[in-house]
Parts: sequence; C-alpha cells; structure tokens
Amino acid sequence: MLHIYCPHCAEYREEEEFHCAGQAHIARPLDPEACSDQEWGEYLFFRKNPRGLHHELWVHAAGCRKFFNMTRDTQTYEIKEVYKIGEQPSVVAE
Amino acid sequence: MSDLNVMTPEESAATKAAVMNQVPGPEIQGQSPLHHADLESLAQKGPKTGGVHLRELKLLGHLTLRCNAENAEQLAAVERVLGVALPLQPLTSAENGAYSIRWMSPDEWLILVPGMETFDIETKFRDEMPGHYSLVNSSGGSTVLELSGANVLEVLKKSTPVDLHPKAFPVGKVVSTLFAKSGAVIRRSGEQRYELVIRRSFADYIWLWLQDASREYGLVIEA
Ligand SMILES: [Zn+2]
Repeated sequence: MLHIYCPHCAEYREEEEFHCAGQAHIARPLDPEACSDQEWGEYLFFRKNPRGLHHELWVHAAGCRKFFNMTRDTQTYEIKEVYKIGEQPSVVAE
Repeated sequence: MSDLNVMTPEESAATKAAVMNQVPGPEIQGQSPLHHADLESLAQKGPKTGGVHLRELKLLGHLTLRCNAENAEQLAAVERVLGVALPLQPLTSAENGAYSIRWMSPDEWLILVPGMETFDIETKFRDEMPGHYSLVNSSGGSTVLELSGANVLEVLKKSTPVDLHPKAFPVGKVVSTLFAKSGAVIRRSGEQRYELVIRRSFADYIWLWLQDASREYGLVIEA
C-alpha cells in the first residue's frame, strides 16, 4: 500500500483514495491533422514502461479529485516526489 | 411544480442564470434518502443510551460553489452572501450560524444551508458574484448524517482509511475520503461529533453499515 502525499490537500492519504492515470507529460500534437498515422498512433497508444524512475499522472479520486504528477521508482515503489500539473520534475533519470 | 418555481422577469434578469427553486410546494412532501428507514419512530422506540448516536440532518440545501480562490472580488461576494469567508486552507471549514462551508478542493466548496433558504441564497449569489464561477444546487443528491458519542471514533475507524487521531483531525477539519468503500465528506463538528455528507444512492447502504458497525457499542437514533 502506497502512502501518497496529495499536493492539493497537503497531506498524506492511503493509496485506495487515488487512481493512477498513466504516464505524465504527454503533449497532444498541436496540429493533429498534420500528424502521420505513426505519430498519431504513438501519441495515442505508445507509453513508456521503464524499470526505475517513471513520471506518472495521478488523481486524488476519492479526495479533492485533482490531478497531479508523481515520480516513482517502478522497481522499489519508492515515491521520489509529487508535483502539480504544469510543473516539471526535479528528480529525473540520468 | 408549484408557483415557487416561476420567477418574475425582473428576478430572472437579475440572476443572469437559470435558477430554479427545487423545494416543492406544500402539495409534495419532501423526503430524505432515509425516509424509508423512519428514523423518527426508531428514535422513539429504540434505546436511549449507547456509545454511538446517529442523527440525520435531512433536507438541507447543498450548494457546490466553484470559483477562483485568488479573486478578491469573488471572495468578498461570498462573504456578503453568507456572512463568513470561504475557508481557503485545504481541509478546513467555516460556519456562520446555520450556514457551513466545507473546503472540497482548491477551487471548490460545499455550502450547507437550511433547506428553505437554499433558493434565496442561490439567488443572492447570482446577484452578488462577479466573474467566472459555478454554483450548483446539489441538495437532492446527498444527505448528512451526524455521528456522535463516546465510541464514535471506533465506528469511524472501521469505516475509513483517514487518520482520525485528534492531532491529525482537529475540530473543524474536513476530508473527502472513502467511507465503507463508498465516499463521504467527513467533518469534525465537535470533540466527539462528526458530520458525514453521503450520496443519496448510498444512503441506505451506509445506514445499514453504521447499524452493523456500531452494534457492539449500542446505537442511539436521534431525530
Ligand atoms: Zn487531494
């Protein structure tokens, strides 16, 4: 069970209050019409699956219902940091 | 539909939004989601002493306000309408007499008012609030249960994963969280008193859950 700090509620809550919404920082192509099928397909469907540091999007589903980002180690499950949408991670893989 | 639902042209022009009085006229009896449980009879017939006391604060007005916490004009307007400032700190609440405001998220608050005042307050908001905001009357979607007594904490601990230690959960604190696998907005309204805002469709389930969870301490129904 993860103990997750919600940056909006400003306190730790149990994992069951949250949902992970997948990889963070996925930018929608500015001009979808100009995308090739491959570019659009990669935007829609292809995600990283790293062993180690991963930046994820989470939502405090049962709490404030706001989204935020989390940097997590997928191998140790250690949460390195949480940060709000629009902010950049300070912990990144080398 | 009663005549209460019809606004004069002046009224609707002033509010700048479609506002409907959801309180039915005298020909329709308002029923809480726990109407079928007949808590009034249980309060009369049931035990008078026990570790957990349950009371439904029924048919209150529930208004969901979304606005900008950094907009001083909006904050001032809320204070003009309710006589109390929006609680801006996360997980806090504020009250002024029968009005209470719960922080729900950085741009959302739940305002509880006496049921019969809901339409007036909603209309006042439409007159006073500047800028981009949203006010939704969600009264029909939920109800409020008040739990109190010497063993109230034990019952809550069985039901929710939040830290209820008095140091972590002082009087006035509000959390939206899981409650018995359903959801609830829990507010500590006194030393041994908590208010749960619960969904209408889960009201019966939570009523059953609370009876079971409080059985070992003795449940007293108040009405
Ligand atoms: Zn939160």
